[in-house]
Amino acid sequence: MIQCPKCHAQMNTYNRNGVQIEQCSGCRGIFLDYGELESLTRLESQWAQQAPQAYPAAPPAPQAYPAAPAPAWGAPHQGGHHGGHHRQKSFGRMLFSS
Amino acid sequence: MTTTPVVRALGDLAHDSAHAGATACACAPPQVLADRPDGTVVRSGPVVAKAHASDSEPPALAARLALAASPRLEGILLPALPAPDGPPGSTEGRTVSLWPYGTPVDPSDPDAAPWEEAAVLLARLHRTPPPHPLPPMGGPVKAARAVARMCAARPGDPAVAPVLAAWRGLPGWARAESPAPGHRNGFLCHGDLHLGQLVRHPARDGPWLLIDLDDTGLGDPAWDLARPAAWYAAGLLPSGTWLRFLDSYRAAGGPAVRAEGDPWSGLDVVARALTVQTAALALTKSAAEDRSPDEVEQLMIDACVRIASLPPELVSERAS
Repeated sequence: MIQCPKCHAQMNTYNRNGVQIEQCSGCRGIFLDYGELESLTRLESQWAQQAPQAYPAAPPAPQAYPAAPAPAWGAPHQGGHHGGHHRQKSFGRMLFSS
Repeated sequence: MTTTPVVRALGDLAHDSAHAGATACACAPPQVLADRPDGTVVRSGPVVAKAHASDSEPPALAARLALAASPRLEGILLPALPAPDGPPGSTEGRTVSLWPYGTPVDPSDPDAAPWEEAAVLLARLHRTPPPHPLPPMGGPVKAARAVARMCAARPGDPAVAPVLAAWRGLPGWARAESPAPGHRNGFLCHGDLHLGQLVRHPARDGPWLLIDLDDTGLGDPAWDLARPAAWYAAGLLPSGTWLRFLDSYRAAGGPAVRAEGDPWSGLDVVARALTVQTAALALTKSAAEDRSPDEVEQLMIDACVRIASLPPELVSERAS
């Protein structure tokens, strides 16, 4: 079993599309063996080539603000102020309640 | 709104405190600012009387009121006025505290909300060493209660499934089942930050201060950033507003997130917890009103669906 070089917790092995990756059970850092990053990159580009058939590319949305990092589960369209009066009112209530 | 004995008693207390000894006056009738099981708040002129939740523990509340009175928190927390019967008083079995009135954020103009000031107040609060022993910050307990209320309001309803699944994916400390990891614990936290928790005092142009200390205590400071983070992640808060808040917090030296780079290693767990809490309350409220969740509430529920579908090994157990 591999020990994390950063926090020394135990690392667990996962298989992602045939690529073995080690993830630390403590700090959640990921360790890639030689060639694994290249394998993941190759898988990603294969995916990107396949994707347009299933999902036609949408025109890029106008960006009023610089993009900010978001979590993996974040909304696909960071909107904010789009939507009608009702939505604004409902969000206004949410901003002020526990 | 029906006038309850608690509301009447609070109105009298606030009024008497506003000008003790006067026999006749031309004061406007007391104004109910909030009337919920977790807090009834009535204003008379410059004084606000608050009856705390019936299950709030008097020693914990006393420690929180003492915190607001501590010189270390001056300019951060609004201090209470001396309580009617010595600290703290009681009405209808609920503990009562008195506060100076402050001007709240204009609910009709959230864009003009003091996001930067809120962030700086939080950073200063989180950086302040606790002046005396305090109870744990109440955020995780509040989230757990929201989930329990949702389950009670919608028994057997499949709509709760994604919210519950997102909840079960959280580590025990975020569900109030175990203490927060040591290196993240022990910071002074507000515990229930939203835009209703800021007032200008003295009214109307004084500096912004944090109010409502019922959930204040020691814990992971990231919890205080979690609600705006959850709104941003769900697609409700514009990224520009989120960055104004986050950057101000970082510039003020707030310890909840790393100073530079991706802040989400420190925010992921707590933002998921607040997403669950908000979605749970939305499902509870909409069930009570016999309606479907509205568009905004649905965005929080949709975020729970995405959280629930994440592979467990890609969800960070704990922040850096």
